[in-house]
Amino acid sequence: MQLDSQAPQKPRTATLEAFADTIVPGEKRFPGDRAIAGAAPGGGAVAAGAIALLEMPEGGMEPMLDDLSAALDAHALRYRAEHGLGTDEGAPAFVTLASADRVALVEELTRPGHPEKVMWTGLALFCNMAFDTGAHLHTTDALAAGHVGLAAIGYRAPDTDGLWRFPDYSYGRPLARVHPDTDPSGSLA
Amino acid sequence: MTATENTDVLVIGSGFGGAIAAYHLAAGGARVTVLERGPWLAADEFDHDFRLGSSSTRVFEFVVGDGMSVLSGNCVGGGSVVYFAAMPRAPRFVFERQGSLGRRMWPASMNRDTLDPWYDRVAEALPISPPQWDEATYAGGLWAAACHAAGHTANPLPAAIDNALCTNCNWMMSGCHFDAKRSLLLNYLPAALAHGARIRPLHEVQQISRTDSGDYRVHYNQIDEADYRVVTGSGTIDAKIVVVAAGAAATPVILQRSEAVLGPMPHGVGRYFSGNGERLNTAVLDEDKVRDLLGLSRAQGAGYAANQIGRGPTVATWDYLDGSRPEFERYSLEQLYFPPGLGTILAQVPDATGPAWFGAQKKQMLERWQSWLTIFTMSEDDNEGVFGPPPATGNSDRISQQMLGLGTIGYRPTANTRRGWDLSDASVREILERDGLSRVMPWTNDVVGAYTVHPLASCRTGDDPATSALDDRHELRGHPGIFVTDGSAVPGALTVNPAFTIAALAERAVPGIMAALRERGVDVSYGAPAPDGGTSARRATDRIAARLMR
Repeated sequence: MQLDSQAPQKPRTATLEAFADTIVPGEKRFPGDRAIAGAAPGGGAVAAGAIALLEMPEGGMEPMLDDLSAALDAHALRYRAEHGLGTDEGAPAFVTLASADRVALVEELTRPGHPEKVMWTGLALFCNMAFDTGAHLHTTDALAAGHVGLAAIGYRAPDTDGLWRFPDYSYGRPLARVHPDTDPSGSLA
Repeated sequence: MTATENTDVLVIGSGFGGAIAAYHLAAGGARVTVLERGPWLAADEFDHDFRLGSSSTRVFEFVVGDGMSVLSGNCVGGGSVVYFAAMPRAPRFVFERQGSLGRRMWPASMNRDTLDPWYDRVAEALPISPPQWDEATYAGGLWAAACHAAGHTANPLPAAIDNALCTNCNWMMSGCHFDAKRSLLLNYLPAALAHGARIRPLHEVQQISRTDSGDYRVHYNQIDEADYRVVTGSGTIDAKIVVVAAGAAATPVILQRSEAVLGPMPHGVGRYFSGNGERLNTAVLDEDKVRDLLGLSRAQGAGYAANQIGRGPTVATWDYLDGSRPEFERYSLEQLYFPPGLGTILAQVPDATGPAWFGAQKKQMLERWQSWLTIFTMSEDDNEGVFGPPPATGNSDRISQQMLGLGTIGYRPTANTRRGWDLSDASVREILERDGLSRVMPWTNDVVGAYTVHPLASCRTGDDPATSALDDRHELRGHPGIFVTDGSAVPGALTVNPAFTIAALAERAVPGIMAALRERGVDVSYGAPAPDGGTSARRATDRIAARLMR
């Protein structure tokens, strides 16, 4: 798979991709892909569109992304120093971390009591949302395009009019005794 | 120059508390204006779409606080548009709860017997469909069968849903495209409009002040229809009576912001918030065992694999709603559905060797999503939520154009609350992990804190002025003519879905508001039928209403 050569990548993108890939990991897009750690088969949050979702005006995150990316790299530099990992100037600092170290750092930043917890859990929620719902796309378009997250969860397609209907929805029989104190309205007496 | 408008009654919010009051007061002859901060959508605008900017974010609020996140409606119709329409009455013991007060929390005038006639009025108005097993969805049926196998009872739920119109699409949280859900858009609100009430969407109330003549003046901002962070205008409306029904996550904030001009608020404003003791567990089912242990199979041969199919909750076990159990140890366990996103992010991986809510193992868990079963605990929390100072506008600092904001609720669950959660987690495991049927984990509270879809009690009724903001007629203590009729008036957790109780309390509050209007010289009369003209429930409340108006 080719990177999109039309749009030059913003400096922050690799860092944000590496963060998104820590939340929902996926396979590398090309040999030498550093942003994606390759910690899981199939596409992850990045392939699902996490960067597009983070950059959507509707989400309100875009104005914060440069700062978040810089802060994440600063945390990664500190992490490298604390863990004696030496220096690696071949990529943004968070990208240089191995998968297990990215996970450890994200766990630290999102732990209750961390002063920046709201920022990092917020960023994580958008990455999750990209994979679980493809919220930057109309869902019918996402399904038609084979959105990797919706495919992974097995989200079923709608009827031809783009609406969901499940005429087959019930086992259709009593499956338990009801509570002995149930009143005629169906509530507890 | 713009003259200040005036009306007899200004209603803030158009959910159950606002719509019910608006209907009866308009039908009784009052001039009623409803200000609703969210948009006004109809069925064909309720999308089946996860995209930001679709109805899933236009009509829904997700306010992240400090230790508590609140999910609620944000549109004309309020919570009724986005809710799951499960309508059980609160169990009898709930009204006798003491919480940590050491005495009864509810006003002496309120108990299940005195509230039943008001429940009946709501049941007629919406209306509510009786529970039926053949309307229980696969997820509900699975939960029933698992409860039965573990020696428990389970009940199909009464619901405000027209089953003939429902497609079991499970998009209820985006509003119902098929008008199967009997939201307030189909009953109280159109009836209020027919009686001359005016509803203004995208009008967010900032504060309430006094006029020189002793009326109230309500200050509002107009909100952009796509970007709710943008204020497009502002204005004021004077009213003899104000009904605050902005929802339990917003009503106290408006009152807090008004304190500087109205004078001190009762201690209970913005305190005693309850999240209805809510908690979620997600089970990942072993499909073979669904067939082998429970004898369930679908037409296509699958045992279950139907997480996506349905209409929210359809079955609950009420075995733990036993009034003889100690307080804080009673809870209902209800099968539930949340769409992906809100319904997946906080779920945790059983036996995780790394992070439980994100990462590679979570991705593997997501691949079994159709075999997930989500179980909803509604327990007795300790009313431990407290609101911080109000934000500049609304009830949160908005991050996104719609839906997501940072609010001011602080919530530190007490040992009582945590005990209920722990016991309910154990009950869910006992039922669903039996013989290897599934693996179960509670949702994490470490990401956005605890969470609730049923905010309550932040401006509650009671008999003790020290611990309740409202008297038993829902009038705000020390501020005559301001009434609160939404979920914030409910004294505490209900252990079941609260919409029906909120609505019944709103019905009960109306005669008192009528009396206050009459005292202010407005010629109104109480006694409107149900919104469709039905009168079968009215007879029982007529005499009670007369007492409430004295």
